[in-house]
Amino acid sequence: MVNAKINGIPVQVAHGTTILDAAAKMNINIPKLCYNDDLPAWAACGICVVKVEKSPKMLRACCTPIEEGMSIITHDPEIVQVRKTVIELILSNHPDDCLQCPRSGSCELQTLAADFGIREQPFTKRLKGLPVDTSTKTLVLNPEKCIKCGRCVKVCQDMQNVWAIEFLGRGEKTRIAPAADVALADGPCIKCGQCSAHCPVGAIYEMDQTQEVWNALMKSGSEDLTCVVQIAPAVRIALGEEFGLPPGTLITRKIYTALRRLGFDVVFDTNFAADLTILEEGTEFIKRFVEGKGELPLITSCCPAWVDYMQKYYPDMIPNFSTAKSPQQMMGAMIKTYWADQAKVDKKKIFSVSIMPCTAKKHESGRNKDMYSSGERDVDVVLTTRELARMIKQAGIDLVNLPEEDADSPMGPYTGAGTIFGATGGVMEAALRSAYFLVTKEDLKDVNFTGVRGISGIKEARVNIKGTDVRVAVAHQMGNIAEVLDRVRAAKAEGKEVPWHFIEVMACRGGCIGGGGQPYGATDEVRQLRINGIYSDDVKSTFRCSHHNPFITKVYQEFLGEPNGHKAHELLHTHYEKQPIYSK
Amino acid sequence: MAVAQIEFSKELESFVREWKDKPGNLIMILHRVQQEFTFIPREAAERLARDLEMPLARIYGVITFYHYFKTTKPGKHRIAICMGTACYLKGGQELVDETQRILGIKGAEVTANGLFSIDAVRCVGCCGLAPVLMVGDDVYGKLTTDQVAGIVAKYQAIG
Repeated sequence: MVNAKINGIPVQVAHGTTILDAAAKMNINIPKLCYNDDLPAWAACGICVVKVEKSPKMLRACCTPIEEGMSIITHDPEIVQVRKTVIELILSNHPDDCLQCPRSGSCELQTLAADFGIREQPFTKRLKGLPVDTSTKTLVLNPEKCIKCGRCVKVCQDMQNVWAIEFLGRGEKTRIAPAADVALADGPCIKCGQCSAHCPVGAIYEMDQTQEVWNALMKSGSEDLTCVVQIAPAVRIALGEEFGLPPGTLITRKIYTALRRLGFDVVFDTNFAADLTILEEGTEFIKRFVEGKGELPLITSCCPAWVDYMQKYYPDMIPNFSTAKSPQQMMGAMIKTYWADQAKVDKKKIFSVSIMPCTAKKHESGRNKDMYSSGERDVDVVLTTRELARMIKQAGIDLVNLPEEDADSPMGPYTGAGTIFGATGGVMEAALRSAYFLVTKEDLKDVNFTGVRGISGIKEARVNIKGTDVRVAVAHQMGNIAEVLDRVRAAKAEGKEVPWHFIEVMACRGGCIGGGGQPYGATDEVRQLRINGIYSDDVKSTFRCSHHNPFITKVYQEFLGEPNGHKAHELLHTHYEKQPIYSK
Repeated sequence: MAVAQIEFSKELESFVREWKDKPGNLIMILHRVQQEFTFIPREAAERLARDLEMPLARIYGVITFYHYFKTTKPGKHRIAICMGTACYLKGGQELVDETQRILGIKGAEVTANGLFSIDAVRCVGCCGLAPVLMVGDDVYGKLTTDQVAGIVAKYQAIG
């Protein structure tokens, strides 16, 4: 422990604690802009400066560890003036179109400017007129808004190991761009959107498609469309944050109500399709593991950013990938085939929308021709949690106080296994609950596989299914996957037995609950609360294993036939192709 | 791989091999690549990314950070005009203006015949000769603007 004084008050902190963290413990939140809880501090912005006795210059609190005997002043008129000047300098390179900016109201620079009472701009405006990159049709990169805090670059390179963007140029000409100035869509970008979730300003954000949905909802007469919507597991425990509820608040049935009041004709739940995914993927696993048909380990493919990453960085693992589509795409296919037949609605007149915690899902919905398995585009538009929040606000719907309604039948009711898809480890746990049954024809006494839960980057577990050990691994946050896959590659190269039989991968930290399309401000604390929310939904579910969902049984009986059967393959499975890291 | 393959000379290949695992290798290697191609072609950067097992983004971060590295082909004769303190005070900017006027190019442009490009560079290390202009490795010191045309003509004649 080291002893120091902050603003004259003695403080004792662990060795290595930064001034920023120590001050926070004393209820002083030193203003900052580049710093983010997920990333190591690197002192780019200079707003967190403080005075330290005997130091001739002000020091940056985020990067200065407290030393024995240090005396620190965190605020006085001079410090406040310096911080204000730093903000004014940043604003001199930043456009003033706040009112039209997608981050208006959630922008960290705007908040600082307001807090510091910036009323005029003393420095000459110097804007560069850099072009906006919309090439991914998923994320928008507007380098003109960039304040060079570097969060997106750190996230993309260090957390995600994708390297889609880098600081190019130097000094005043520094800009965030893909290597060789290719368009974002022509480089390594996997559309995970973590850059957009971490950007403090409006420099990287999701492509807003709310207008397309409003347009579809508005059509009437001969142009009338049947608007069908599905919501993903991780939306229900995060959307509330946009309306003042604490992270992790489970509001599934209020969301159903809100969607109906927005004008959707039919409300389904992606969790139902998650149960369907488990039947397909679980059966696939059993075929590979028990019958030896296909490569092991089996690797999950629900995460579209991970699919993109694998096709670019690990194409040799394509045979290991589950061919099962993601729940979003399974639901899309089922809506425009099974449900359209049942409801006697022309599939050409169905507008299928999905609400996802994810930016990459927008890309997935048009990934290849398999996403048109109904003959139409299975999912017409994907909205992120943030976009849905905007629509609800535009409509003036008081989400928090809405009555609760149920989703529509038959693709609404879901099991606890379906809901936990939204958290890291959830797909694995759900699969194991059903795999046990598929092998033994008996149900588990305890369906909780706590070994695969939690926020640590790589989790391993062994599950005994009637005397046979199944070795599983779970990785989340793209940068953690290399270690897992490199061990698989090495074992294969040496002709040894692979270290695991089944691997789950999710690109975002914490899984979909921490997705790139979720409400801003995710920290590990927030992620844990969202995970708790997801598991609370699991615990209170009537059925906790996908194969117990009576409506799943119904759709197989009435329509699909057998899991992995002919019809299931046609509608619920896909294929993958090697992609170049740079296509241009 | 979207871009075409590129041939490295035997010497460059062995240089890359020699430096592959040494810390701080990238700048050394980029110098050597630029020496071979007069700039860093995209194909060469892609090849280095493979050979050094390094993301292309990191390579471009370095190339674009240092003014010295070029991503487009410069003129056959690279004119470097010193803008270090001494040369600047002795009229470096006038030399830049005059050279640009004579050649009709500015910034990173190259003359239509591919012969000339101009770089404003920091101290070239011979302040006693200020102001200094270099063409390739040839140094011209204590210059006045009226001498620039003659120097350009000399390299025009070489072609």
